[in-house]
Amino acid sequence: MHILEENIRAAGAAGRTALIPFVTAGFPSRERFWDILRELDESGADVMEIGVPFSDPVADGPVVEEASQRVLAEGVSLGALLEGLKARRGLFRAGLVLMGYTNPFLQYGWERLAAEAAAAGVHGFIVPDLPWDEAADIRALLAAHALALIPLVGPNTPKERMQLYADVSEGYVYVVSVMGTTGERDHLPAEVPEVLSRVREVFRLPVALGFGLRSPEQLAALPDAVRPDAAVFGSALLRHLDRGGSPADFLRRWRS
Amino acid sequence: MPPLMELEEAMASILPSQEFQRELHGLLHDYAGRETPLTFCPALSEELGFELWLKREDLLHTGAHKINNTLGQALLARHMGKTALIAETGAGQHGVATAAAAARLGMKCTVFMGAEDMERQSANVRRMRLMGADVVAVESGSRTLKDAINAALRAWISLQGSTHYCFGTAAGPYPFPDLVREFQSVIGREARAQMLEKTGALPDAVVAAVGGGSNAIGMFSPFVPDASVRLFGVEAGGTGEAGCLHSAAVNLGRPGVLHGEYTMLLQDENGQILPSGSISAGLDYPGVGPEHAHLAATGRVEYGIAYDHEALSAFQKLCRMEGILPALESSHALAFVLEHRQRFAPGSRVLVNLSGRGDKDMDIVEKALGLQAV
Ligand SMILES: Cc1ncc(COP(=O)(O)O)c(C=O)c1O
Repeated sequence: MHILEENIRAAGAAGRTALIPFVTAGFPSRERFWDILRELDESGADVMEIGVPFSDPVADGPVVEEASQRVLAEGVSLGALLEGLKARRGLFRAGLVLMGYTNPFLQYGWERLAAEAAAAGVHGFIVPDLPWDEAADIRALLAAHALALIPLVGPNTPKERMQLYADVSEGYVYVVSVMGTTGERDHLPAEVPEVLSRVREVFRLPVALGFGLRSPEQLAALPDAVRPDAAVFGSALLRHLDRGGSPADFLRRWRS
Repeated sequence: MPPLMELEEAMASILPSQEFQRELHGLLHDYAGRETPLTFCPALSEELGFELWLKREDLLHTGAHKINNTLGQALLARHMGKTALIAETGAGQHGVATAAAAARLGMKCTVFMGAEDMERQSANVRRMRLMGADVVAVESGSRTLKDAINAALRAWISLQGSTHYCFGTAAGPYPFPDLVREFQSVIGREARAQMLEKTGALPDAVVAAVGGGSNAIGMFSPFVPDASVRLFGVEAGGTGEAGCLHSAAVNLGRPGVLHGEYTMLLQDENGQILPSGSISAGLDYPGVGPEHAHLAATGRVEYGIAYDHEALSAFQKLCRMEGILPALESSHALAFVLEHRQRFAPGSRVLVNLSGRGDKDMDIVEKALGLQAV
């Protein structure tokens, strides 16, 4: 079993929804970022998604986009992120996933990226603009270093496509709750339970729900049968951190 | 992405149908003003020592080649059952052409435009609004065309059920580069037939400005199999001093991925997209359609550069000598011919795609020339 799946299953075995916070690398400042990762880890994160900034993040809403622009202006880069992670290898309990766009990864070189990411203690990647038809080679390259390529499925992903993803994916499946970009919504769209149940039928991997989550109450409102194994929250956390809030405070509400 | 797959299917099933082709032909002919003339330039030809011919896309309704594509896509979208169009725009020409097509076909229209472009092309913003389009200011990133594309792509993800994204150039995610080439190729097909009819021969060289690449690919593609015809794409070099902003992705960029396409891009060593620049808002884009990257790699098309000041002087020359006021985008194509005239043999025939008219650029040109005169 892939370590990301293990982490999420362990939370489930303890009767919890696994928690997957997303933070943009270098946010809210280069120094504070590393403390935030440590505090998220200590406060019960099961997997941590680290956003690799890109100038043109089309799958992201305004909060993540602005965070990306800010850290880019401060000189945050993929190379520096990998070095920082390598220096802290073994310090985190939580699984580590890098979420970013194709071009910075491509320019770094997928082969080199896979080797260095594995050496830095990373367990997987999410690449929202990597088309499925071009993902096979990259998935194999990553797999050679035990890195998972996390599939994203949305309300409009046909079942046959989901089956293709399910046949080759590891770690977890990331269900995008909305037809849209990252960012908080007051209410999950009405079709989310139906999407989740379709995903359950196809995938044996743990199911993480993200894009649009703001508060634990949104999950509580879902029927038990389709409750996701993990919740991903990014924009709400970034705004909390930017106001000077602590990771522990934020995660406490989600842990109950 | 499901809406791209839906579009690909619609291209295969709807485009070839007789009904679609008949309707599109009617719109292009009776509404947009096709076919456009092929104009010989006597005064400039005499000065240059070779024949200069212009394909007059500037005479189309809304003032540029963009309407060829928007009528095609809007009609396709309507056949697909869509009720609304969204579009990005840089100079505003594609936005105006989309607004017109939407009004004509009874569809809703929303245009995303960089806040900076809205300032420098305010007349086009007013034209779009008059034709009933919502114009949304994009404040993120560099506040220009690439950010408007980001915003339109984001909106499309949410609105895909009812809405077609009417992409404005031969770039972006597949199948847009092919779809836009399909609709713009009417330029090259007409021009090729007109040259044969008027001169009895094919041109020796064909020249077009390259922003995202739609007017150029539309002009080039019917000539690509004609080995005797040299093809030149012209990119915007900006102000020209070392380190200046420019839009010459084929000449000065590196391969990468943006907006779902693998192509030549202006980017830094970390793969972050760099801001582009040009006096011509329509050429101000850090990428180029993937087919141009391919045609450059195979050597079938040669890509050159024209700078702001060269485009301005070509603009003036065409106004004074031929009484034609070209768009600054098209002025880049003409500038390449004027600046590199020794590369064209005496007596040869050179065909330039005059992609649009320059009324929209009056303020910019007057300001630039005013500054230069001091
Ligand atoms: C008149 C004109 N020509 C050329 C262009 C550049 O676009 P493309 O390279 O897609 O033809 C534009 C874009 O706005 C334009 O308005």
